[in-house]
Amino acid sequence: MKIIVCVKEVTDTAVVLKIKVDSPEIETENLPWVINPYDEYAMEESLRLKEKHGGDITVITFGNERAENILRGCIALGADRAIRINDKSVKGRDSFVTSKILAKAIKNIGYDIILCGKESVDYGYAQTGQTIAEFLHIPCISAIKKFDVFPSNKEAACNREIEGGLEVVKCNLPAVFTAQKGLNVPRYASLSGIMKAKKMKIETLELDTLDINPSDFKPKIKITNLSYPPKRTEGKIIQGLLPDTAKELTKNLKEAGLI
Amino acid sequence: MSNKEIWVIAEYDDGGIKKSTWEAISAAGLLSGYLKLKPAAVILGNGIQRFTEELSKEVEIVYYIEHPLLSKYDSNAYVKCLHQLIKDKKPAIIIASATIRGKDYIPRLSGRLNYGLITDCIGFELTDNIIFKRSVYGGRLIATVKFEESELWIVTVRPRCFEYKIPLNPLLLRGTEGAVKGEILHVKPALGQQDIMTVIQEIIKETGKRPDLSEADVIVSGGRGMKGAENFKLLEDLADALGGAVGASRAVVDAGWLPHTFQIGQTGRVVSPMLYIACGISGAPQHLAGMSTSKCIVAINKDLNAPIFKIADYGIVDDLFKVVPVMIGEIKKDKNN
Ligand SMILES: Cc1cc2nc3c(=O)[nH]c(=O)nc-3n(C[C@H](O)[C@H](O)[C@H](O)COP(=O)(O)OP(=O)(O)OC[C@H]3O[C@@H](n4cnc5c(N)ncnc54)[C@H](O)[C@@H]3O)c2cc1C
Ligand SMILES: Nc1ncnc2c1ncn2[C@@H]1O[C@H](COP(=O)(O)O)[C@@H](O)[C@H]1O
Repeated sequence: MKIIVCVKEVTDTAVVLKIKVDSPEIETENLPWVINPYDEYAMEESLRLKEKHGGDITVITFGNERAENILRGCIALGADRAIRINDKSVKGRDSFVTSKILAKAIKNIGYDIILCGKESVDYGYAQTGQTIAEFLHIPCISAIKKFDVFPSNKEAACNREIEGGLEVVKCNLPAVFTAQKGLNVPRYASLSGIMKAKKMKIETLELDTLDINPSDFKPKIKITNLSYPPKRTEGKIIQGLLPDTAKELTKNLKEAGLI
Repeated sequence: MSNKEIWVIAEYDDGGIKKSTWEAISAAGLLSGYLKLKPAAVILGNGIQRFTEELSKEVEIVYYIEHPLLSKYDSNAYVKCLHQLIKDKKPAIIIASATIRGKDYIPRLSGRLNYGLITDCIGFELTDNIIFKRSVYGGRLIATVKFEESELWIVTVRPRCFEYKIPLNPLLLRGTEGAVKGEILHVKPALGQQDIMTVIQEIIKETGKRPDLSEADVIVSGGRGMKGAENFKLLEDLADALGGAVGASRAVVDAGWLPHTFQIGQTGRVVSPMLYIACGISGAPQHLAGMSTSKCIVAINKDLNAPIFKIADYGIVDDLFKVVPVMIGEIKKDKNN
C-alpha cells in the first residue's frame, strides 16, 4: 500500500505575530516553526496503517528549505521517503495552486491513500485535501475522526463529526482523507528514528520537472492586507463578595439582553 | 455584472432550512445590492420541494435540483449537479456556508470549475474592489483577500458572522398584498450511480437536547478548573437554564472528562455565540482562537492574572463552584416570576 502524507510547515500556535510594515505578510525572523498540528494526526495515522497493513509512507511538502525540518521529523517517526517540492518560483501561492502542484507530484509518485490535515492553522483554508482529490478524480472524506482500511476490497470507512452528530462514511481506494483532532494520539520519535532522520536524504523536486502549465501557478486569490483584530476592550471585574458578585453579573447580562 | 445571478447553496435538516443558510442569504443580499446581481438559491436533494417555498420568499429564483441519488449527500454528486447548472446559468458569485458540509464539497467545486475560492469569510468590505475578510493565524490576525480577475467567485461564509434574519412566514404572506415570491425552477440533473464516490452508511445523532455548539446563542465552557468529569453537571445546569450548549478547553478533553466534540479553540470548534461563559479556563491563545469573536465574554476564574480576563467583558475572580450555583439560582428565580 502506497501512503502519501502531505505536511505543511506553520508558525507555532502560541507566538505573538508581527505584521511587516511594507507588505501583507508576517515577520518570520526568529519564529518557531512546527508541523501543522492536523498533519501530525495524518502522519500518525499513516504509521498505524503501515503497522497494520504494511506499505510505505512518503511525506511531501511544498515549501522552502526550512520546511525540510518537518520532513525530518516525519522520517524520525517512520516515514520511508521525504520529498520537498521547491516553492521558489511561485509567488503568492494560494491553496488552489498548492493543490494543483501537490496533485501533480503525487500522481507521479503513485498512491493508494493520501492523508492531509483538515486545515492548516496559519491561513486555515481547509481546502487543499479536497481539491487534490478533485484533481486526481478520486474520493475525499474530510475531517475524519476514525479510519479503517480494508485492503482486500480496497475500501475505507471513516467516522466524521457533523453538526449535531457523527457520520459513518465509506469509499473506495485510492482516496484522500483529511485528519481531524481526535483521530489518534501522535507518538514521539524514537532516538534511533531521530538518528536515521539526520542521515536520510530529502529529495527535492523542481517545478519545471512536473509538467505543469505555467498558468496553473497563477494564484486565483490574493491577500491585500493583514491587520490585528480589533482589541476587545478589557471589561470590568465585578468587585465585591459572593453572592453579590454573581447576582450583579446575572443582572448585567440580563440588562444587556444576553439572557 | 448586472443581470447575472448570485447564488446561495442552501442546507437543510429535519428542522428545515438551516440558520447558517439564512445568514448566507443575508451575506448574498449585501453583495447583490452592491453589485446589482439577482439573488438566487440552489437546493439539492430528493423530495425536498417543501423547502423551496420558504426560500422563494427571500430570493428571486430558487433552483431545485432533484434526483433520487441526491437523497444522501456525496460531494462528487453535488459538484457534478452544480457544475451542470453553473455552465448553463453562469452565475457571478456562489456562496455557501462554511459548515462541515460546505467545507467538504465547495473546494472540489472550485477545482472542477477552475475558479478560485475564498473560504470561511467573516465579512466584506464593499469598495471599488470587493474585499473579503478572513480570520487567520487562529484569530490572531485578520486578512483581507480579493479575487484575481475572474468571471466567477466562490465564497464560503463562517456561520454566525452575518445577520440572521428570521425568514418570513409563508403562511402569513399567502394572499397578502406585496408578497413577492421568487420563481421556483425544477432542475433534473444528469447523474448516475458511477458519480457517487462516497456512501454515508449511518448518521448517529447526538441525543442531547442542547443546541449544537456552532448554532448556540449561549455557550457555557469549562476548563481544568472544573477538576473532574463529574462536575460538568453544574455547567450543564447553567447551560440548560440559559438554553445554551456546553463547551470545554483542551485540558478537559485531554484529561478525558469530555470527548473532543466539546473542544473549543484552535484545534477544536470555532464558535461565536452571543454569550460565552468561561469557567475555570485560563485563556491560552489556542483557546481564544476558538471563541474570541463571541459577542460577550464572561470569565469566572480564581486567578486575577488569568489571561482570559484580558478579553472578558465581565469577570468574577472567585471559586466557580460557588459562583455558578448563585447564577443558576438567579436565572431560575427570574424565570419563575
Ligand atoms: C498546537 C496546540 C493546539 C491547542 N489547541 C487548543 C484548543 O483548541 N483549545 C484549547 O482550549 N486549548 C488548546 N491548546 C492548549 C492550550 O495551550 C492550553 O493548554 C489549554 O487551553 C488550557 O486549558 P485550561 O484553561 O482549561 O487549563 P489551565 O490553563 O490549567 O487553566 C485552568 C484555570 O482554572 C482556574 N481555576 C482552577 N480552579 C478554579 C476554581 N475552583 N474556580 C475558578 N477557577 C479555577 C485556574 O486559575 C486556571 O486559570 C492547544 C495547544 C497547542 C500546543
Ligand atoms: N504547502 C503544502 N505542502 C504540503 N501539504 C500542504 C501544503 N499546504 C496544505 N497542505 C495540506 O493540506 C492540508 C490543509 O491545508 P489548507 O487547505 O491550507 O488549510 C494541510 O493540513 C496539509 O496536509
